[in-house]
Amino acid sequence: MDIREKILKLIEHDSRLTHKEIATLLGLEEALISQTIKELEEEKIICGYHTLVNWDKTDDNMVSAIIELRVNPQRGQGFDRIAEKIYHFPEVKSMYLTSGGFDFLIELHKAPIREIADFVSSRLSIIEEVQSTTTHVILKKYKEYDTLFIKKENNRRMVVTP
Amino acid sequence: MRNFLNKKVQAIEPSGIRRFFSMASEMKDVISLGVGEPDFDTPWHVRDEAIYTIQKGRTFYTANAGLLELRQAIAENIMRLQGVAYDPAKEVLVTIGGSEAIDLVFRAVIEPEDEVIYTQPSYVSYLPCVQLAGGVPVAIDLKEENNFRLTREELEAAITDKTKVLVLSFPNNPTGAVMTKADLEAIVDLIIEKDLLVVSDEIYDRLTYNDDEEHVSIISFPGMRERTIYINGFSKAYAMTGWRLGYCAGPAQIIEQMTKIHQFTIMAAPTMSQYAGLEALKSGEQDVEEMRESYNQRRRFLLSELERLGIPCFEPLGAFYIFPNISQFGMTSEEFATRLIMEKRVAVVPGTAFGKSGEGFVRISYAYSINELKAAIERIEQFIEELKQEK
Repeated sequence: MDIREKILKLIEHDSRLTHKEIATLLGLEEALISQTIKELEEEKIICGYHTLVNWDKTDDNMVSAIIELRVNPQRGQGFDRIAEKIYHFPEVKSMYLTSGGFDFLIELHKAPIREIADFVSSRLSIIEEVQSTTTHVILKKYKEYDTLFIKKENNRRMVVTP
Repeated sequence: MRNFLNKKVQAIEPSGIRRFFSMASEMKDVISLGVGEPDFDTPWHVRDEAIYTIQKGRTFYTANAGLLELRQAIAENIMRLQGVAYDPAKEVLVTIGGSEAIDLVFRAVIEPEDEVIYTQPSYVSYLPCVQLAGGVPVAIDLKEENNFRLTREELEAAITDKTKVLVLSFPNNPTGAVMTKADLEAIVDLIIEKDLLVVSDEIYDRLTYNDDEEHVSIISFPGMRERTIYINGFSKAYAMTGWRLGYCAGPAQIIEQMTKIHQFTIMAAPTMSQYAGLEALKSGEQDVEEMRESYNQRRRFLLSELERLGIPCFEPLGAFYIFPNISQFGMTSEEFATRLIMEKRVAVVPGTAFGKSGEGFVRISYAYSINELKAAIERIEQFIEELKQEK
């Protein structure tokens, strides 16, 4: 693994590590870490530093949804042009072009179910190239970003062993 | 009523760790750095294989020496790592952890008054197992200035006419020391000249952090395969301590006798564990590499923190332990560890739990997450500051 990959693997799971800490963990110079991270940011390999929130634990009545979209790409207008018409909506949290039975998979931000219905019917469905939508309401999140959202059993290791 | 107890058993000292265990397990809010097992869960594909084994009804005894497929995979693994060939049918035995293999080999080879040399500080089983087998344990006290490696001079001085066995245990618990190829080279001809059997416990072989050299086993030296019982297992490399699965490999005539004892006492290692072990060997390489990288990061973190706190410590290149020197605080290891747990609720193991040459040291395990280590270091820092003010 090269240095870039090692750094990325570390901060992908804990973006709050300081450059000094990363240097210690990897046995490298702090200046090299700072320089490499700067490059990774400039090259947009590092795209942001966010917080993983389990919104289900907050007290709201909102739901999140995943939508499968089938589209008809037009001559001279590839998937990217259609995608652009969709991903600019602030409701869209993430969007992928996929192989298989449909073309786009999008995840919406949490919202009241009414708003999600409105978004699908009055924003997505009316786009000319959109052939069909299948909306899945997320009932429960078990795991996101390598992190379990369900309670894990406590570590049962003994306190002292040989 | 008569005293039914066997005097030899009665004379054996209980493990020095036990006292600490009772103390620590009664307390709340203890941050433990005292554990000798990985903090990772067994990789899911390995656990899943064991579940499948049960679902398929593979719940019968295996051959006494273990599933032949597993012994084949073990032999292939030793070949891959050390370039040494073993016949899976006659030269490999699957045991209940590496610890059973340690017991078996002593029982199979020791005659009364045979001397068994082992190095200290050491894992807690060698001494009592030699005693139970009727042998005479002879400890070599390893030195910090040699990075807790065994030197030729030390070995030469310990050998007598009665010496039969040399126990090597590297990468080492509790010191984290390794023996490099050059270190082993220095003692190999002496071992052959004195016609010794080597018991090489290499349970931590996959956890080494030496950039210049992968772990080298003594079996890879000419003339050593035929006089070595190589012991290993799944506990440390694959985070499988509770599965109780280990193995040994060696010359057929010794393995045959060990298998006899194993057959009458154990029958065979648990079948589900054996299938899980097979899965680990077949597709666990990436797991090993990821865990090793993670241990290495923690090792570097602790070394740098101990340096910051002014606690001297030789650089351990194996296992998941750091063995810092705490003699500057003017206390025994036992006092230091006791006060640390009583005053700051951090559990480390006094070096003397691993033999008297562990005096002046404590064993710190880094089989903990970075965040746990950070929290523990914070408390240790407070403890040390208070100690300095006492002076």
